[in-house]
Amino acid sequence: MKNMRIMLMVAVVTFTSVTFQFFSIHVPEAHAFSEQTIQRGATGSDVIELQSRLQYNGYYHGTIDGVYGWSTYWAVRNFQHMFGLDEVDGLVGQKTKDMLRNSTKFYKDFVYKQINEGKKFTHYGGVPLAQQTAPSEQQIQKARQIAEQRKQQREQKYKAQAKEQQAQQNQQAQQKQQEQQKQQAQQNQQEQQKQQAQQNQQEQQKQQAQQNQQAQQKQQAQQNQQAQQKQQAQQNQQEQQKQQAQQNQQAQQKQQAQQNQQEQQKQQAQQNQQAQQKQQAQQNQEAQNKATQNKEQKESTAVNLPGGYSQNDIQLMSNAVYGESRGEPYIGQVAVAAVILNRVNSATFPNTVAGVIFEPRAFTAVADGQIWLTPNEQAKKAVLDAINGFDPTEGAIYYFNPDTATSSWIWGRPQIKRIGKHIFCE
Amino acid sequence: MIRGIFIGILSIAVIGSGYWGYKEHQEKNAVLIQAENNYQRAFHDLTYRVDQLHDRIGATLAMNSKQSLSPALADVWRITSEAQSDVGQLPLTLLPFNKTEELLAGISDFTYRAAVRDLEKEPLTDEEYKKLKTMYTKSEDIQNELRNVQHLVIENNLRWMDVELALASGQKQADNTIIDGFKTVEKNVEAYSESDFGASFTSMNKTGEGFDKLEGKEISKETAIKIAKTFVQNKVTDLKVTENGEGSSFGFYSVSMHDKENNTDIDMDLTKKGGHPVYLVQNRDIKENVISLNEASNNAREFLNDHGFEDLDLFESAQYDNIGVFSFVSIVDGVRIYPDSIRMKVALDDGQVIGLSARDYLAAHKKREIPKPNISKEEAAKRLNPSLEVQQDRLAIIINELGQEVLCYEFLGTINADTYRIFIDAENGMEEKIEKLKNPEPIFQEV
Repeated sequence: MKNMRIMLMVAVVTFTSVTFQFFSIHVPEAHAFSEQTIQRGATGSDVIELQSRLQYNGYYHGTIDGVYGWSTYWAVRNFQHMFGLDEVDGLVGQKTKDMLRNSTKFYKDFVYKQINEGKKFTHYGGVPLAQQTAPSEQQIQKARQIAEQRKQQREQKYKAQAKEQQAQQNQQAQQKQQEQQKQQAQQNQQEQQKQQAQQNQQEQQKQQAQQNQQAQQKQQAQQNQQAQQKQQAQQNQQEQQKQQAQQNQQAQQKQQAQQNQQEQQKQQAQQNQQAQQKQQAQQNQEAQNKATQNKEQKESTAVNLPGGYSQNDIQLMSNAVYGESRGEPYIGQVAVAAVILNRVNSATFPNTVAGVIFEPRAFTAVADGQIWLTPNEQAKKAVLDAINGFDPTEGAIYYFNPDTATSSWIWGRPQIKRIGKHIFCE
Repeated sequence: MIRGIFIGILSIAVIGSGYWGYKEHQEKNAVLIQAENNYQRAFHDLTYRVDQLHDRIGATLAMNSKQSLSPALADVWRITSEAQSDVGQLPLTLLPFNKTEELLAGISDFTYRAAVRDLEKEPLTDEEYKKLKTMYTKSEDIQNELRNVQHLVIENNLRWMDVELALASGQKQADNTIIDGFKTVEKNVEAYSESDFGASFTSMNKTGEGFDKLEGKEISKETAIKIAKTFVQNKVTDLKVTENGEGSSFGFYSVSMHDKENNTDIDMDLTKKGGHPVYLVQNRDIKENVISLNEASNNAREFLNDHGFEDLDLFESAQYDNIGVFSFVSIVDGVRIYPDSIRMKVALDDGQVIGLSARDYLAAHKKREIPKPNISKEEAAKRLNPSLEVQQDRLAIIINELGQEVLCYEFLGTINADTYRIFIDAENGMEEKIEKLKNPEPIFQEV
């Protein structure tokens, strides 16, 4: 009786998961932006997707690093301009996202794998992914050309459609002014579908292969997800699914082999694709294994920095601030950082951060070696605040601790204010 | 008896020499640290100068007019010679450092000759532009490598004196990162990304220290507290007010508050005249990142509106971990007034404003009559470097090198992957300012 129950449970679980999988294969691309409107200066996974998609359609040629900098900004604006979006503002809202999603693909696993491994890569559409890892300069140029061509074709197509669309809209606008907006939306969708359909025809074979790839990717992704969630029933299933997947693959390969015979001209391309499929499948598995091992995926490989300062400058300043004022309240640390910056800007002091910090007899922490203590996060934050324009000292270029100051000269300086243990002066 | 004296003398001698040894040791350490600091300064200065060099050469490439080209080349030459003097101060006698020195010498020669000759009569040839371009890419390679070494030096606490001592004592340490690091500089590897230093922007140049344009009456300490409370969104306790010291160029109150809910201190300065906020800063833990940068910028704008800062336009936004930092500038008749800038800091967990710095705004803001531009936008655009692809343009008021406010056409454009901001005087068509805008900097791989 008990055995029966377990058997029944297993059967039900298998059935539901298989049907779930069956349906989910037909769900369109699962990767998508989050809800946020992305604006310049943003960092994180949305920006990685944005850059990847913009590179896919040939608008973005920089490094995919997860930081929305200037080159990404121009790419977004040009994209918005070419695809007739109402506002060319560099803000990536819902419309722009939809437009991007419909016109590009995003191989998330591929991108994150390269990022996590610190590899140089590109993500141009129409170029096999295998060629996009650690590409040579020539390969990049070639891929860029292909993407640029696709970009131009798409733009022409879009403009032609936009004209048609406008003509239709004008007619309808006369009849129904009130419902105009709704209809526009619908038309957009329809046009996009048409567009896609046309593309499908043109790139039938490529897309077929890609869809297969996607299906496989998704299957595997789900396998892994389920693997995490449920433990026992699932091993059996996995085996079944793997068998299925393998059967699918074999079937596909057979089909493709037949096609190859029929279409000898395109043989090579498909072989490449097959190889790519296999490779990608392997890559995906590896990437997913890694992802499950350490869930932390890199959100970006670059950082925003305030104009004029490098990470090393900030590090050096944090060292000085920490050596000089650990134990002081936060505002006192910002103040010390601000003094360093005020000195850099002042004509009577060296005009580099290092020059100011290492000036002989300028800072006690430098003279006694305390500058080489490892600074904490708070010191770094204080430095960032100071660099971003917060100056609690109101322009001071000197400060001293009245309890320990030995120089009588420093007492003669006009004092501005006291923060914590330090007196800040002109 | 004699033995007692002997022991006494001996122990005094021991103690004396011990003390002497200790003093010697201290002195030696002090000298070591001083020498070390000199080396560190020379090295960090060198990296900074190479950063600057790359940046200035880039800006030179974007220039068009001869009037600005000569001083720009002279500036590059100045930076090069400073960098050369930094190299000269480093203990690199035994290390291969030729390529960097060669590059610096090459740039120095070229820029000196170009800067002193009359570019009106003898403009830069295509060949020379090409040369300038290769210098630009080469300096980037070296810049990246130097930064990497600099990162290693800071990260691992490497001391130059250790290298010196190691070299002096004849022990060759194979794993000495400073030596190895400099060897990699010489390998001249391909640059792994576009990154640059970015010139500091208009608003960073502090002008008019005194806040003489402020409006309003003198406020009392009590009013200062009242005003301060309106700038914080949570309940605050332990409010303390202090007045400015005598050395300050303007009168202000400093208010410190404690926010119990977040267990953090909030600090703020207000001008005595009119009670305008100079800055406000709080430092609290922001664990997760819930709202978008866009939403945060809207919050910041609303906050500014609520506090009477109107007609402002967002012009910079950036995310640092879980904090959004924004710069706003005044807009008058569609013209951006760069001197009137305000910086905001917003927490990305709940969207609260956690920082504001209105110093520049208070110093520069006033009623302005915007003059009519003398030359048209098209005419101004003709002054641009032909290889610049203009992406955006607008009118703006900036403070020029002489500290005057001037109306300019602002062009944002790209040359290859780099973005430049170029200001052309709307009065006479002069190139007022050319800057290469900062690209994101790659995070250094942990080595």
